[in-house]
Formats: sequence, structure tokens, C-alpha cells
Amino acid sequence: MLELININKNYNPGSVNELCLFQNFNLKIADGEFVAVVGSNGSGKTSMLNIICGSIDIDSGKIAVNGEDMSGKRDFFRHRKIGRVYQDPSKGTCPSMNILENMSIADNKGKKYGLGRGVNKARTEYYRELLSRLNLGLEDKLYTQVGSLSGGQRQALALLMSTMTPIEFLILDEHTAALDPKTAEIIMELTDKIVREKRVTTIMVTHNLRYAVEYGNRILMMHEGNVILDKAGEEKKQLQIEEIMGVFNKISVECGN
Amino acid sequence: MTLLLSVLEQGMIYAIMALGVYITYKILDFPDLTVDGSFPMGAAITCMLIASGVNPLLTLFITFAAGALVGICTGLIHVKLKVRDLLSGIIMMTALYTVNLRIAGKANLPIYNMNTIFDNGFINAIFPEGMSVYKTVIIILVILMITKYLLDGYMSTKSGFLLRAVGDNDIIVTSLGVDKGLVKIVGLAIANGLVSLSGCIFAQQQRYFDISMGTGTVVIGLASVIIGTSLFKKVTFLNITSSVVLGSLLYKGCVALAIRMGLPPMDLKLITAVLFLIILVVGMDRKRRGGRYVRTN
Ligand SMILES: Nc1ncnc2c1ncn2[C@@H]1O[C@H](COP(=O)(O)OP(=O)(O)OP(=O)(O)O)[C@@H](O)[C@H]1O
Ligand SMILES: [Mg+2]
Repeated sequence: MLELININKNYNPGSVNELCLFQNFNLKIADGEFVAVVGSNGSGKTSMLNIICGSIDIDSGKIAVNGEDMSGKRDFFRHRKIGRVYQDPSKGTCPSMNILENMSIADNKGKKYGLGRGVNKARTEYYRELLSRLNLGLEDKLYTQVGSLSGGQRQALALLMSTMTPIEFLILDEHTAALDPKTAEIIMELTDKIVREKRVTTIMVTHNLRYAVEYGNRILMMHEGNVILDKAGEEKKQLQIEEIMGVFNKISVECGN
Repeated sequence: MTLLLSVLEQGMIYAIMALGVYITYKILDFPDLTVDGSFPMGAAITCMLIASGVNPLLTLFITFAAGALVGICTGLIHVKLKVRDLLSGIIMMTALYTVNLRIAGKANLPIYNMNTIFDNGFINAIFPEGMSVYKTVIIILVILMITKYLLDGYMSTKSGFLLRAVGDNDIIVTSLGVDKGLVKIVGLAIANGLVSLSGCIFAQQQRYFDISMGTGTVVIGLASVIIGTSLFKKVTFLNITSSVVLGSLLYKGCVALAIRMGLPPMDLKLITAVLFLIILVVGMDRKRRGGRYVRTN
């Protein structure tokens, strides 16, 4: 269970650019939920994920995981239980290291990074097999520098890397946004498969309404730091893209554009 | 011949320092000016210890440890007190000036008639008479090789992977549940340990410590790293640390040649600076690598 309780967040307090994004923001996400989050640009989706992961500080409020208050814990500590994929493919991998080294370093998450050999040769076959599930031909490029892969290939690798070790939460921020439609589809299906297999609680931000409707068992729509639509289970299954589009257009009109 | 020998000797001694600068500048993307203080510190500690009768071989390990400590200080200033990278180095460099004077007790400390790693009963006994001109260069080569292979070995450990990752993309280090600040501190510690070790060997080869001997060390280090990595990057059988070592030799060779061709030693630092500028312009290494200041989106 992940709970955000009475979160307040101001950006640039005391300056002319002050922006009060979250005011008494509350959200509960149960174990095993796959939440799709949609909302216009600047509605606070990324900020919400950053708050959950500890990447930005909050002014007041509480972030609780299974009842334990996490708000004072450092970002790297919180990431021990979190797998995270960013919109920018270069953020999830190390460009100057090859695929094998990238997978090895991710495979060691949660253990000590000591003076043992960085690459465990015995695991190579396992990595190859994981990569071959992507159908991108990466299994034959184990010794290629990740920096020379395409964005889609890197993103697929980043998704694999972030879910290799046991995690409680998977946080995805528009992780298919930089990809071509076909690769995006592959990554989205892989995501769904991983989420089902691992039964990991997932929050996925997306601008693709079809993905938001098709995947996951709960949908949230955000607007100016508030959740304005929240449907789960059967209610979500009934939901049509047109309906969400309608809500979207309504808030846009209210804002005067 | 003596010119070649002296270029090899000094080039290899400075290569150890350049390996340290390689870690901070290329891997951590941290232009670390501490180097100008930790290099003479290695020399100061060495001369002080040797003058008080400590085994010269021991000074190699002691100076490495002391350098590592200094690197940790720079790291703590940068990571914990959130001082910018360049400024953290300047603070440490300035502080070390006094520290070095305190260690040596004075601005100049010679060790002319003492045992050094190049000149002691054991070494003099195993090198035959005719080989004695080469003994310094051979001993330096051995130390350099050991250092290089240890560093290469470290870079392929799990801890070494983290070090490479943090300079590449520090977001991923956080994602792996590791404190990226700590990884940077470890990198700075190893780097300054190497620089201080280099200063230790330099002092034993020159047989003195001088307070001003550190000035411009960082420029020599950066020049070596940039020459090495940009000139030899297409040579696939050379790994990156070997390239840095070659860069250092080449750089020392150029400076020696300039002096040989009649430039007065007084102009040395000016030549160093101009040469460095040329290297930067030709090597196209002027701009910082991108991707460092990207906002977490
Ligand atoms: N570091 C920051 N400093 C100041 N303001 C910020 C910062 N990060 C975000 N904001 C502001 O907070 C608001 C929400 O931004 P956020 O990135 O969370 O939106 P988003 O919903 O992820 O949008 P998008 O769909 O464009 O990714 C925006 O108005 C943005 O300008
Ligand atoms: Mg966003």
C-alpha cells in the first residue's frame, strides 16, 4: 500500500515564479494495482512520481509505504524498492558501458557493490534469454556500447534493467513517448507482461489515451495538481477513449484554450 | 640518450598522476584542482618520512593513503556541503599549501644522501654495474605497470562499474539504490591517492621536496589525459589507461623538446599553458560533456 497524505508542494517559494502545485493532495494505491495516469502538460504527473521516489522534497505531508513514513528517507534509499523508467531513454542506462555490463550492474541491485567481478559470466546466457524476449536483436549485441543503440533499444533495455531484481513498485514516466509506434507497442506489451508476472504495483504516466484505457486496472486523470478522475476495476473496463477525451476537452475549455 | 631517459622517467611518474586525473576528469566529469596540492603533499610526506628514517618502500603506501584522505575531504566538501566541483578543489588546494609546509617544516626539503626506492642496498646489489643508469627507469616502469593493472582490475569490479556509471549517468546510480555522492567520494579518493603516489615517486627521483613543485600539475594531468584519449581512441588494442600513459609520455616529450630547442626553462609554465590551449582546441575537448545538468523529468 502506497499512500500520499496531505502533500503540499510549492515550486520556487517566495519568488515571482512561485507555483503552488499540490495542496493537500491525497492518493492511495493498493498492492498489485496497475495505475495509468493521464493529464495535460504541467498537471503534475512527473512531480507526483518525483515526490513518491524522493527525487524532490515536499513542503509538508507524508508518503507512506505499508504504513511506514518515507518522507524523511533519501532518494537512493527509496529506489531500492522501486524500478523506474524515464521518458528520456538515456536516463535508464549507462551509455559508455556495453549491454552486458549494463545488465550486470542492474542485476546486482540490492546487493553490495564490492570488489567482486563486475560481470558474472555465468549469468550471460540468462541475460541473452531476457534480451531475446524483446525481439529487437539485442541478444547478439551484448558487447555493443549502449550509447550507440537507438532510443527504443535503450528504452527496452532500461525496462529490463529496472525490473530484473525484486521490486515493490514500478514507476514509468511516459516511457514509450520517445519511441516509434511499433516499438512503443512492443515496449507496452512487455511492460504489461512484466507487471503481470511480477505482480508489481505500477504507476504509468502516459499521454497515449489508448494505452491508458487498454492497460492497467485503474486510471487517474490529473489537472493542476488534482486528481479529477479516478476509476478502477469494472468501472475502468467500461471506460471508452471518447469519454476520457470528453473530460480532457472540458477542462481545456474551462482553462480558456 | 640522457634526454630520452629523463623524458621516460618523468613521463612515467607523471603518468601515474594522469591516471588519477583521468578518473576525476573523464570518468567523474569533475575538474579536480586538489591535484595541485596532493601532488606536492605526496612529495612532502615522502621527504619528511625518508629524512626521519622510514623505509622508502613504505612511503609509497603511506602517500597513497594520505592522498586518498585528501580526496575524501574534497568529496565531502562537494557532496555534503554542496560546494561546486571547481571550488571544492580550489579550497583543498589552498589549504594543502599550508599543510605541505607544515609536513615538510620548510619550503624546501632535500633528501640527497638518503636511501630511496631507486637507491638502496638491495636495489644497488641486484642491478649490475653497467645497468645502473637504467635502474630508475626500470623501477618506475614496474611501479607504473602495477598501478595501471590494479586500476584496470578495479574498473572491472562491481564497485568500479558504479564509478563508471556515476560519471556517465548518475541518475542510474540512484535508481540502483546507491548513494551517488558516496561513489563520487570513492572516485576522488582513488584519484588523489594516485596523484599523491606520483608525487612520492617524483620526490624520490628528484631527491627533494619543494613547495612550488605542485603548481600546474593539474594542467599536465589534463593535457596528458586529453592527448592520450583523443589521439589513441581509434587504436583498438590500447585500452584507455594505456592511452593516458602514452599521452603523458608524449606530453613530457614535447615539453623536453621545446626546452632542448632553446626555450629558456623560465618560460616553462607559459609553454605548458600554450601547449595545453593548443591541445584543448585541437582535441575539441573545450565544452563539457552534455547531459550533466538535465533536470530529472
Ligand atoms: N523543478 C521545477 N521547478 C519549478 N517548477 C517546476 C519544476 N518541475 C516542475 N515544475 C512545474 O510544475 C508543474 C508540473 O510539472 P510536471 O513536470 O509535474 O508536469 P507533468 O504533468 O509531468 O507534465 P508533462 O505532461 O509535460 O510531462 C509545471 O507547471 C512545471 O512548470
Ligand atoms: Mg512529465
